[in-house]
Amino acid sequence: MSYKTDYARVQGLGSAHEGVGHWWSQRISSVALILLTPFFVIPFGRALGGGHEALVTTYGTWGNAFVAVAFILVTAWHLAQGLQVVIEDYVPGQTMRTALLLANTLFGWALAAAGVLAVATILFSA
Amino acid sequence: MVQLTLPRNSTIRTGKTWPKPEGATNLRTFRIYRWNPDDGENPRVDTYFVDLDRCGPMVLDALIMIKNEVDPTLTFRRSCREGICGSCAMNIDGANRLACIFGMDEVKGEVRIYPLPHMPVVKDLVPDLTHFYAQHASIKPWLETRTNTPLKEWRQSEGDREKLDGLYECVMCACCSTACPSYWWNGDRYLGPAALLHAYRWIIDSRDEATGERLDDLHDPFKLYRCHTIMNCTKTCPKGLNPAKAIAEIKKLMVERAL
Repeated sequence: MSYKTDYARVQGLGSAHEGVGHWWSQRISSVALILLTPFFVIPFGRALGGGHEALVTTYGTWGNAFVAVAFILVTAWHLAQGLQVVIEDYVPGQTMRTALLLANTLFGWALAAAGVLAVATILFSA
Repeated sequence: MVQLTLPRNSTIRTGKTWPKPEGATNLRTFRIYRWNPDDGENPRVDTYFVDLDRCGPMVLDALIMIKNEVDPTLTFRRSCREGICGSCAMNIDGANRLACIFGMDEVKGEVRIYPLPHMPVVKDLVPDLTHFYAQHASIKPWLETRTNTPLKEWRQSEGDREKLDGLYECVMCACCSTACPSYWWNGDRYLGPAALLHAYRWIIDSRDEATGERLDDLHDPFKLYRCHTIMNCTKTCPKGLNPAKAIAEIKKLMVERAL
């Protein structure tokens, strides 16, 4: 039982003074992905049927490797931001929410690191 | 909090079918949500028949006729009967509307009426809007000034006054907020479309001197940024307003002052 007024309940802990950065960067990463996706998907699609050798040839060039790294980084960034919103929307309870938000951040970094490492390995071994 | 199914004590059961009016030939069927907090029973949907030859054209006319002539225990809010007070907001035929300005002829088949979605119910079609009103109060819906009050009125150009069109008309019926999934899931922290539309109305008022503070208060992942532009608010607004656009304008101002 709490005798808090409705107004106090609505005020809660006040404004976090945060959110515009996340919202704006989601829009920026969306636009970046629109531009990057065709430049990534076309060479990737061409190389896909050709097996390991074709992939090594494709990503052995600086141009394709650069686009792939940019695509992977922006995708991981955008994905982590989107999942953050989903978690905030749907996961109740501060503990579970915080744990999942941390896991999401780690997942985003891991995805980015694995992708960049894979492309770099191909590029420098070609 | 996300809740995709109703708790056991809120599942709706088939209710009573009330007798048809004697001698009526032009009947319309109404299925209306009923819940009485005092009897400990689950909610039910009762069936009523209204004689259209003796009834006005709006859904509220039918509800008043049912209350007056069939079942005086049927509980709902109403006042102005012309879309100005916002009291008779309810879910009619699957969408939130004002019963007083929504015609029965706009519904095909039987008319299904429920209280506004995802709000605590006080009784029958009456939702508890206490939290909703407190959210409105939290955005300080009044003129905030620092400059000494002028001897006459605070002056405003015609152009600046026009910016308030499409905003000041909101009657706080709660149709928009209770149609918003983000408000359903996080209504404890997300202010919802109605409060945000009112917030924008004061943010862009040329006479107001607290624009920055108002934006500061809204700069929060939950208060403002739970809006994902789903647009249910705009689709359902019985006054034809566009809360989604007002929220988008607030987001634009947030970016504008950050860049």
